[in-house]
Amino acid sequence: MKVRNLVILGAGTAGTMMANKLHKSLNASEWKITIVDRDETHYYQPGFLFIPFGIYKPEDVMKPKADFLPNEATFIIDEIEKIQPEKNEVILKGGQNLPYDILVVATGTIPVPKETEGLKGKLWYKDIFDFYTFEGTTRLAKKLENWKGGKLVINLAETLIKCPVAPLEFTFLADAFFTEKGMRDKVEIFYVTPLSGAFTKPKTTVFLSKLLKEKNINVVPDFYLQRVDEDRKVLVSFDEKEVPFDLLVSVPVNKGDELIARSNMGDEDGLNFIPTNKETLKALKQDNIFVIGDATNVPASKAGSVAHFEGEVLTENILSYIAGESLEAKFDGHSNCFIETGFGKASLIDFNYDTEPLPGKYPWPVVGPMGLLKVTRANHFGKLMFKWVYWHMLLTGKKLPVSNHMSMAGKETETETELV
Amino acid sequence: METATIEKQIEVNQEGYLKDSSQWSEDWAKKIATENNIPLTPKHWDVLHWLRKKHEEGVALSIRKVGNSGLVDIKQFYGLFPGGPLKIASKIAGIPKPVSCI
Repeated sequence: MKVRNLVILGAGTAGTMMANKLHKSLNASEWKITIVDRDETHYYQPGFLFIPFGIYKPEDVMKPKADFLPNEATFIIDEIEKIQPEKNEVILKGGQNLPYDILVVATGTIPVPKETEGLKGKLWYKDIFDFYTFEGTTRLAKKLENWKGGKLVINLAETLIKCPVAPLEFTFLADAFFTEKGMRDKVEIFYVTPLSGAFTKPKTTVFLSKLLKEKNINVVPDFYLQRVDEDRKVLVSFDEKEVPFDLLVSVPVNKGDELIARSNMGDEDGLNFIPTNKETLKALKQDNIFVIGDATNVPASKAGSVAHFEGEVLTENILSYIAGESLEAKFDGHSNCFIETGFGKASLIDFNYDTEPLPGKYPWPVVGPMGLLKVTRANHFGKLMFKWVYWHMLLTGKKLPVSNHMSMAGKETETETELV
Repeated sequence: METATIEKQIEVNQEGYLKDSSQWSEDWAKKIATENNIPLTPKHWDVLHWLRKKHEEGVALSIRKVGNSGLVDIKQFYGLFPGGPLKIASKIAGIPKPVSCI
């Protein structure tokens, strides 16, 4: 029997996990697994949040990608030029062509500060920083060591961003950091967002707005960034509103990899995310291409937990596809995020396409041990423990002791009186 | 009297968005636009019809997508529907309030 090719593009969280799951599920005499990435280092991206505050050191968040991939899979380090779906072929920059029978696209998302005028200009890495990249977060750590205070502005340039709770967590941690340094009175904190409130889901927004107020953080909603006026150090929105800053921590526009544009496979908003069936995770336009994690355009968070929950569904559907059966496994949009709130505490939210985050206990009703939409120490320890779970269980494709589909068990569904 | 009949038949949610976008009419659009102090020009109508078409195609809309539509750029979109352009334009176009996915 001819050996068939399964190619995975991207060896980040989603791609690495898929390589391990598929390696276990497919017969090596029938399928050859190849995985391509431009970079040999795997970054634990949730850890980027902690680096500016000295809670994690750079070496805590990086390991060689190859250590987490199955030995039998071929790992190629190269730039990907483009996918040619009509030829079932991937072309690499180095000149190699990879034919595939099944392609899994897991090329993720990256912040693109160049999309916004004045962001990546003369103030970049002087008074403007991002923290979603290794370089940004490590440079910001240095900046914060000696910063004397002033207006700290956290801005989201677009509504669709990776890990949508991270900017809020950054804000809470900054409040704690300056408080513990004894200089909170010298720092004014502004959270400037294109959303109408702190978050996209109603109950979570009420919960977070209260927290932000308690911590004396100013929220500027409905602010859609057009440009940064570098000379005046002011953010300017499309409707001419202005927010001045001394130090800007920006979450730039997030885009899928440029190779998606080069392959002409992106969504019509020009953000390079691939139109994907939100339940089966098959590319809408191709039958033998599947998409997972941040690279899709499905209406779920761009986050590692989502990639993990998608991974189970996708593995099942790829096996069905190989067997010539219909794709029965359905992703429900399940997402699960810790929200670090500073001072050794955190909150936790759990939701899917149809159900917004609700208060309650997780993962088990009554006993928890973690509290949903509550600020507790147990949640903070859950978040810190997750780093171990990530390296040892999630990437290697092991089953985690939480349900793949969102469960209503432990959630309180009664309407809260505080909800307006 | 006729308007009274229309209002009785057309169902909206708590925030005033049509529950069933097929109940939309140009008269409905004019009524909501007037409530929001927006005089509808031909450019407004182009955008409203484009939004309805995309909604019917199942596209999740965003301000950026409107900016890439070729009809208006984002700045012009804000000019046509000041405040929250996509939220207001969706209400006038009779399609659901845009959801930000997270």
